[in-house]
Amino acid sequence: MIALALPAAPEEGGFKAPGLEDMHLPEILPWGADYGSGFGKQMLLVIISVILISWFFMAASRRRQMVPGKFQFLGEMSYNFVRNSVGKDIIGEKDFKPFVPLLMSLFFFILVNNLFGVVPIFQMPTTSHVGTAYALAGIVYVYWIFLGLKKHGIAYLKLAVVPSGVPKAILPLIVIIEIISNFFVRPLTHSLRLFATMLSGHLIVMLAAAGTSYMIVEGGVFLKGLGVLTFVGGVGMGLFEVLIMALQAYVFVLLTAIYIQGSLVEEH
Amino acid sequence: MEIYGSLNAIGYGLSAIGGAIGVGLVFAAYINGVARQPEAQRVLQPIAFLGLALTEALAILGLVFAFIWGRV
Repeated sequence: MIALALPAAPEEGGFKAPGLEDMHLPEILPWGADYGSGFGKQMLLVIISVILISWFFMAASRRRQMVPGKFQFLGEMSYNFVRNSVGKDIIGEKDFKPFVPLLMSLFFFILVNNLFGVVPIFQMPTTSHVGTAYALAGIVYVYWIFLGLKKHGIAYLKLAVVPSGVPKAILPLIVIIEIISNFFVRPLTHSLRLFATMLSGHLIVMLAAAGTSYMIVEGGVFLKGLGVLTFVGGVGMGLFEVLIMALQAYVFVLLTAIYIQGSLVEEH
Repeated sequence: MEIYGSLNAIGYGLSAIGGAIGVGLVFAAYINGVARQPEAQRVLQPIAFLGLALTEALAILGLVFAFIWGRV
């Protein structure tokens, strides 16, 4: 009903809802513009996030003491979370240790890049651009296939697509489904899940902000009152976004650990 | 009265029903399990989030396709 009360047609100068075009900010440098887009805000944010994360962990582990201070405690707690609840529980006590660095860097890279969406000035989750998500999921995709081939040799391809204990009669059907789901849908959903949740959350907050400013600036008394409501709703959605951002970083790393574990086990 | 916009939004809304029911079922089962056996929480938590992630995938693909096929 609120939407119907607004003049909806863009050509009449009414309210125009923010769309995908508003996610693409102007470039800072035209460097590499021939290959798509130039050096934009999200690339700058990726570099800042790497600097921030490495500064945090180096500072947290510089002055190590038996009784940790606040800073060291924070670093140890976040390390323990990834190491124990993701690495140890999923990959298994025996051989989780080599993968902790990968899981750690993935988790904190994604977490910080997601949280940029709610930090003033930065104000945009880097992972809401699909390129970032494709690159991250691509690294994981190549890595678990490489791990499986390294551990089992070429027999891994059979291991990955033929589940044990399936009757011979329906095996061809199952194999086709397994190939599609393991090698095609898996990397796709792995990347799109991260990208799409960040994009949709950012779009919702943008929509609330744009609607609020339109209603308060241009609306009548009634619409001004409604604008306050959309403002409160936008703040609420922003806080909900923080939860989703942390959850998506956790889910991404959890799935990474599950894929790695899947390529290490003997039976599928 | 004229209404502007894309029917894709309605299509995506319909497709999200399935994902919503699925996520609800996953967490209902998780809460049930933890309520019956609180010490199983550590074991159940990754399974619940894995179920969430796999169920959610369909709704997310719907969102992406609603944008991709929106402006043809």
